[in-house]
Amino acid sequence: MNSAPTEILHIGCGAGFSGDRWDAAVAVVRTLAAQPGPAVLMFETLAERTLALAQLRRRADPQAGYEPSLERFVAPVLRDCVAHGIPIVGNFGAANPRAAAACLRRLGESLGLPALRVAVVEGDNLLARLSPEQLQSLLPGQLKAHEAVSANAYLGAFEIAQALRAGAQIVVTGRVADPSLALGPMLAHFDWAADDWDRLACGTMAGHLLECGAQVCGGYFADPGVKDVPGIADVGFPIVEMHADGRFVVTKAHATGGCVDTRTVKEQLLYEIHDPARYLTPDVVADITEAEVTQLAADRVEVRGVRGHAAPASLKATVCFDAGWLAEGEISYAGPNAVARGRLAGEIVRDRLRRLGLTLPLRVDLIGQCSVFAADDGAGGDDAAQYENSPDVRLRVAAHAAGRDDADAVAREVLALYTCGPAGGGGVRTQVTNRLASDSCEVPRGWLQPGWSFVA
Amino acid sequence: MSRVTLPLHLLAHARSGDKGNRSNISVIAFDPRAWDVLLAQVTEARVAELFAARRPTRTARYVLPKLHAMNFVLDDILDGGVNASLNLDTHGKALSSLMLTLPITLDAALTRELGLELAASSI
Repeated sequence: MNSAPTEILHIGCGAGFSGDRWDAAVAVVRTLAAQPGPAVLMFETLAERTLALAQLRRRADPQAGYEPSLERFVAPVLRDCVAHGIPIVGNFGAANPRAAAACLRRLGESLGLPALRVAVVEGDNLLARLSPEQLQSLLPGQLKAHEAVSANAYLGAFEIAQALRAGAQIVVTGRVADPSLALGPMLAHFDWAADDWDRLACGTMAGHLLECGAQVCGGYFADPGVKDVPGIADVGFPIVEMHADGRFVVTKAHATGGCVDTRTVKEQLLYEIHDPARYLTPDVVADITEAEVTQLAADRVEVRGVRGHAAPASLKATVCFDAGWLAEGEISYAGPNAVARGRLAGEIVRDRLRRLGLTLPLRVDLIGQCSVFAADDGAGGDDAAQYENSPDVRLRVAAHAAGRDDADAVAREVLALYTCGPAGGGGVRTQVTNRLASDSCEVPRGWLQPGWSFVA
Repeated sequence: MSRVTLPLHLLAHARSGDKGNRSNISVIAFDPRAWDVLLAQVTEARVAELFAARRPTRTARYVLPKLHAMNFVLDDILDGGVNASLNLDTHGKALSSLMLTLPITLDAALTRELGLELAASSI
């Protein structure tokens, strides 16, 4: 079946997380601008913990609390997006969408662009919307005594779609479901009905494939000799070509490295999915059990067969709490008997903390022998026996402490291994970081009034 | 008929993701001809055993035959998850590689068909 170009909406993704490459969107926008049809650029930069950190920054400074790299992400592409009529949709508003919008308008001014029409989507912040009693009633028992640092519901695609229909050049959101960043533009373009569950599910899975950036284009995929990826240092970011009937093709920015094939698409399709018959978002329940992927050409994979069911009655929310301190310390041992010296160093730290009366949750690993497969209590670490003669290991000690002083004490014990530990230890690094715990809960839709507005 | 044992790594690829204290790990066949073997041997019971040290409270397998893929969901294996675990890899991102160590036994004829006879002879 052939479609006229205008019947296809192109959606590119410029970032899949807050730490993503600042220049990735450039090739995406160049590709979007070179084709004649309508196109949209999305940025996904908001992980669970990112939002809580943003909320803390906003408390310290009312003008902060949005994506710290906002300008670095958008500046390289803003002029071209405006010139080619490519709207930008991003959850880079984090805990302060209005401040992010103001920042983007200033960025436009500094580039000599006419005043930008920037819209914000709001209503996700439960701390602002709900009474403390309402919030408490949502939380599991063990968290009721804690004061939440952040509490945000996952909003859907509809407010984004409305803002785009009204002519927004940039839509800034806080917490929305990641795939909704792509579904919003599709709703605005195709006018799919709010209960057209199959198409909403197709758009949601297209958004799901886009939302992690390069992860569908050969990023996070290479396994030399088993799964080789060409030009991976210049891995391209993804573009979806969405058809009105919900069928779509996944491809990537032109003249970039990486690859889009049935393997990369399958890996990303299942990424962070639980029951594939019930992938829940605020917009729809998507079912990929009958989905099929077909390689149409190099770096072009078609996805069909996604089905949808009615959206969930409630919205998921993530609540973050202050959770004390994480102390980490590392030191290296190499050459003869390295494993034995590393292990002794770990025992010394344990012994010292015991003598100091610090009974903290503690994890001790020898990087180079076993550092990630074992459980925190050491279970599963026995498998490391096969690496008993590893000539280069790095002790890592990690502990959880309620107070900063206890966390600092752990770091100091690792540091003291320089002079008081086994022979030949080198390269100590220590770090103490504030921790945020999170949990999720369900919020009745009626408790929230999501909305959007232009920022003057 | 002679049988050969290979790591799952040669027959399938995998990716792990996390939500809270729950990990999902996909297992995707490189070649549809290996699918029946994977269905029979990459089972909930064997995966629960492979991840026993992480003490999953539930191990569920979802099958997607049209993609020659399966999705494992392991509950409570991340020591509290990304915001609570003391693991270097708080997300459990590396657990897909643990999954790929699972030994799979198949007919020598199938290993030849899949072009894995060299790999099989070196193990």
